[in-house]
Amino acid sequence: MATGSSEQAVERKRIVDIEKHTITMLVDNKPGVLSRVVGLFSGRGFNIESLCVAPTIDPMVSRITIVTMADPPLMEQIEKQLRKLINVIKLRDLSDTRAVQREMALICVRAQPRDRDEILRIVDIFRCKVVDVGPEYYTIEATGNEEKMTALINLLKPMGIKKIARTGAIALFREPPVK
Amino acid sequence: MKLSGSQILIEALKEEGVGTIFGFPGGTVIDIYDALMDTDIHHVLVRHEQGAVHAADGYARASGKVGVCLVTSGPGATNAVTGIATAYMDSIPLVILTGQVPTHLIGNDAFQEVDIVGISRPCTKHNYLVASTDDLAQTVKEAFHIARSGRPGPVLIDIPKNVSSGTAEYEKLGPVKIKSYNPKYEPNAKQLRKVVDLIKTAQRPMIFAGGGIILSKAAGELSRFARKTKIPVTMSLMGLGGFPGSDPLSLGMIGMHGTYRANMSTGHCDLMIAVGVRFDDRVTGKTDCFAEQAKIVHIDIDPTSIRKNISVAVPVVGDCKTSLKKLNSLIDKADLGDLTGIRQPWLDQVEEWKRAHKLAYVQKKTIKPQYVIERLFDLTAGEAIITTEVGQNQMWAAQYFHYDRPQQFLTSGGLGTMGFGLPAAIGAQTAFPDSLVVDIAGDGSIQMNIQEMATAVQHKLPVKIVILNNGYLGMVRQWQELFYQKRYAATCMDCAPDFVKLAEAYGAKGLRAVKPDEVDSVLKEGLAYNGPVIMDFVVEKEECVYPMVPAGEPITEMLLV
Repeated sequence: MATGSSEQAVERKRIVDIEKHTITMLVDNKPGVLSRVVGLFSGRGFNIESLCVAPTIDPMVSRITIVTMADPPLMEQIEKQLRKLINVIKLRDLSDTRAVQREMALICVRAQPRDRDEILRIVDIFRCKVVDVGPEYYTIEATGNEEKMTALINLLKPMGIKKIARTGAIALFREPPVK
Repeated sequence: MKLSGSQILIEALKEEGVGTIFGFPGGTVIDIYDALMDTDIHHVLVRHEQGAVHAADGYARASGKVGVCLVTSGPGATNAVTGIATAYMDSIPLVILTGQVPTHLIGNDAFQEVDIVGISRPCTKHNYLVASTDDLAQTVKEAFHIARSGRPGPVLIDIPKNVSSGTAEYEKLGPVKIKSYNPKYEPNAKQLRKVVDLIKTAQRPMIFAGGGIILSKAAGELSRFARKTKIPVTMSLMGLGGFPGSDPLSLGMIGMHGTYRANMSTGHCDLMIAVGVRFDDRVTGKTDCFAEQAKIVHIDIDPTSIRKNISVAVPVVGDCKTSLKKLNSLIDKADLGDLTGIRQPWLDQVEEWKRAHKLAYVQKKTIKPQYVIERLFDLTAGEAIITTEVGQNQMWAAQYFHYDRPQQFLTSGGLGTMGFGLPAAIGAQTAFPDSLVVDIAGDGSIQMNIQEMATAVQHKLPVKIVILNNGYLGMVRQWQELFYQKRYAATCMDCAPDFVKLAEAYGAKGLRAVKPDEVDSVLKEGLAYNGPVIMDFVVEKEECVYPMVPAGEPITEMLLV
C-alpha cells in the first residue's frame, strides 16, 4: 500500500506541475514538415492544444506556433525532440519570457433587435469589428489573448452563438529595449 | 555533364565511397539496376527486402561504414520497414533507396504505390521524396551526411521512376551544410571538470557503457579511462565489445539478463558514469530504484537521450570519443595518485558478488544451449563476428561469448527483431569476406528470414548458423513458465523443418548434434567448412535464461538459477 500512496503522490505532483507552454519555431517551408512536427507529438504521446502555421517573410521558412500542456521534464523532452528534427531551424518556449501572444476568432452571434445595442457595445469595449451583418446574425472579428477571447465568448453566449471559428495562438518574442 | 537520374545516383553513391549495395529489383527501380550493371559497385541480391535492410545493417555494424540498400516501390518499400525500424532503434547509419511511381501518378493509388515517406517518417532519422532529377545529387549528399553524423541513423530516399529515368546536369558537390542540423561533438569543459571532481571523491564508482561507444569508435578511450581510474565497467547489450569482456574490470552485461555483479554494482554504486547509453527499460528495471545511491553522469551526443528516462546529476552533451578523450587528459592533469588502495574495498565487493553468483548451468544428458555457446567461444578463440536472432539465443550469446573488441557482436537491441541474425551475418560477411561470421539463432527466429540462405549460397558467403533448437519460442515460453502458470500459449514449435535437409536443399551444408559429446565435433566440422553451414543443436527444451529481473522490478531483484 505504501508504494500505492507514493505513486499517487507522484501523480498528484505531475498534475500540479503541468503548465501551458507556447512554443514558436521556424521550420523549412517544405512538404511534409508539418507532418513531422505533428507526428512527433502523436508518436510520443505529447499533447497539442492549438497549432498555427504560416510562411514568414522568407518564403522558404514557415513559423509554427504550438500550445501544449506539460510538466517541466516533459517540456524539456518536447523541446529537445523538436530541435532534433532536421527541418526545425529555431525553437523558443515563450511561456516564461516576455512575448506578445494573440488569437483570432470569427463569431457568428444571434442579433435579435433587443440585443443589437448590447452586442455593439461589447464589440466596442473589446475593440472587435462586425464584419458581416445579416437580418438575424452578426459576424464579429475579434483578436486578443486567450483570456480576452474567453471573456468575449462568455458575454456573447447568452445571445446565442451560431458558429465560431478560432485560431490557435500565435506569439512573438518582444524585442529587447534599445540600450 | 548531362546524365540520367540513375547515373547521377550511381555517381553520387561512388562519391560517398559506396562499394556494396544490398537489394531486390522491381518496376520502379529498373533504370537504377540498369545503370548499376555498368559499374563496379557490388550488388548482393537478397530474397526478401527485409533481408536487404538487415544485411546493409549488419554490413554497417561490422564495418562502421554506411550500409546501403535498394528496393522497389510499394511492397518492396513496406517489406523494408521492419529493417529500417531495427536500424533506427539501434542508431545504425543506413541509406535506404526506394523506388516510387512516377511523380504524375503519386497520390493516384497507382500500381505498387505506397507513401513510404509517410510510413517511414517515425522510424528514420530523416527521409526524402526526390521531386526532380535536378535535386538527386544534393539529396544523396545530405542523406549520407545525416546518416553518419551526430547520433547515426537510417535515412530513406524515395526516388520516383521518372526521376531516375530523367536527365539532369551533374557535377561533383562540395561538403554539405544543413543550417538546421549541427550535431554537437564538443562537450562542455565545465561539465567534464565536474565529472573529474566526482571521480576524486567517489568510493564506489562504475562505468556504464552503451552502443554509443561502438558507434563513435571510442573503445580505446574507454579502456584508457577505466584503467586509469580503476573503475569497473558494465555494458548494455548494445555496448558489448565496447570494453573487453575478458578484462578484470569488466562486470559483464547489465539489465534484465545482466550478470549478478553488474546489477548489484548498479544498486550499490555511489557514482555512475554512463556513456553512450539511453537507459532503456530492459536496462533500468524499475526506474525509481535504478542506481538510487548514485550520482549519475550521462554523456551522449543526443540531447533527447539525457533525462528522458532517468534524471542525472551531470549531463554532458557530446560525442563519446571526444568526451572521453578530454576526460582522460583532465584526469592526467588532475593527478589522482595511486587509486589502488581507495578502490580495493569496492573491487573486493564486486569480486565477492562475482563469486557468489556466477553465470552457470549444469550440463546433464541433453545439450545445454549455454554449453554450445561456451564451446563456440573456446573453439573460435573468441575471434568470430557474432550476429544473433532475438530471444533466449540472443541472451545466451551475450552472456557466454565474451567480446573483446567493438563491432564484433551484432544484435537487434532496441527493436528486438527476430530474423535479424542471418541477413546481418550475410552483411557482415560481405564486409569481411575472410572473417569467421556466426549467426547464433533459435529454431523459431531462424525461420523468419531463412530464405536468405539462398543469398549466402549464391554469393558464396560462408556464414555459419548455430541453431539452439529447443522446439519452443523459448523466451516467451520462459515468461509463460515463470509468470503465466506454464500455460504455453502458441509457443510450441514442434512442426519445424529438418534443418539439416533444409540446408542441403539450399545447397549449403547441414550438421546436427543431439548429445553433448557431439557438440565439439559438429562445431569443428561446421566452422572449418568453406561455405554456408547450418548446425542444428537439439538442446534442453525448457532451459531458462538467468539471472532474470522480472519486467518493472528493481534491477537488484533477480531470479537466479
